[in-house]
Amino acid sequence: MKSLLSSGHRGCAGCCDAMAAKFTLMAAGEDCIVINPTGCLEVMTTPYPESSWEVPWIHSLFENTAAVASGIEAALKAMGKMGDTKIIAMGGDGATLDIGMRAISGAFERGHDFTYVCIDNEAYMNTGVQRSGATPFGASTTTSPAGKVSIGNPRPKKNMPAIIAAHGAPYIATTSIGYPKDMIRKVKTAIDTEGPTYIHAHAPCTTGWGFDSSKTVEIAKLAVETALWPLYEMEDGDVTKVKKIMKPKPVEDYLKMQKRFKHLFTMEGGDDAIKKIQALADENIVKFGLQ
Amino acid sequence: MTLLPGGVCKAGSTIVNKTGGWRTFKPVYDYDKCVKCKLCELLCPDMSVLPRDDGYFEFNYDFCKGCGICANECPKDAISMTLEEK
Repeated sequence: MKSLLSSGHRGCAGCCDAMAAKFTLMAAGEDCIVINPTGCLEVMTTPYPESSWEVPWIHSLFENTAAVASGIEAALKAMGKMGDTKIIAMGGDGATLDIGMRAISGAFERGHDFTYVCIDNEAYMNTGVQRSGATPFGASTTTSPAGKVSIGNPRPKKNMPAIIAAHGAPYIATTSIGYPKDMIRKVKTAIDTEGPTYIHAHAPCTTGWGFDSSKTVEIAKLAVETALWPLYEMEDGDVTKVKKIMKPKPVEDYLKMQKRFKHLFTMEGGDDAIKKIQALADENIVKFGLQ
Repeated sequence: MTLLPGGVCKAGSTIVNKTGGWRTFKPVYDYDKCVKCKLCELLCPDMSVLPRDDGYFEFNYDFCKGCGICANECPKDAISMTLEEK
């Protein structure tokens, strides 16, 4: 099967964004229009005058991805040209959880027929690893650096799927690039569902998280296996399916592989922070019935 | 460079940018171990794993950046990473 994202893009070796985009396009097929906010994915795939995309693609600004998607959907419908064309907005966590939040809220509230895919690598990687609303508790970033008086980011991740669920979206799913078949299936389901749908894909970033480029998929899997990133699907606001984890691994397995959590193992008070992270995982297990 | 109206670019045109030069380690197949599971093709972030007519795969070294995900994830350890030499 020929990929709809072509080689030669400027993503780092082992790039999670390229994989997420590839899987999304595998699910969507040729007949789609992709809207990209500013971010790694946009910058690395479209250095002017080149483009890696083999499908219609548009970039406008950081904050208005969902508004542009709404406009495209409304225009196609008004002109009677919608056919089977799928509208897919694909943004990073900064564009989704922080900067593009208002436009996303508006688009989901108006009920446009489109799918929003959030590629969550847990910080602003394109500009050099600044903290975002998706950065997990205890992670060191350039704007939440760990040091003598700080254990890194003091706040847990924002629960974006719950915010979208509050808008009454018919289908929401969390997925991970560590499980490509799961991701492809969920994106397909989202696209086939009428109305605004949301996919939140966890995507480990080799550069920003500090691990060897060959470990992208391994770390993505560990996030799921430690229950720090639960995979679930929501239909009309209710959790309908979860990926069970029979024997959850301790969170240390996941944390110790990444440079952004390295300080937790050496600094004073790091133990307590790790316990807090373990508590977050345990909470997920109970909340979603993962075991 | 001529600027097209709307800044429109040709589809798939990054193909002119050969990223193979970024590589430090080069993936090499051991076809005796390969079971054609297609996982390497699915995971490759640079679309540099190409199917062959016989069901096996080959690397497109023009674009492979040598990230090593294929070798790390291969269930049969059929891919080894070897240091790139000039």
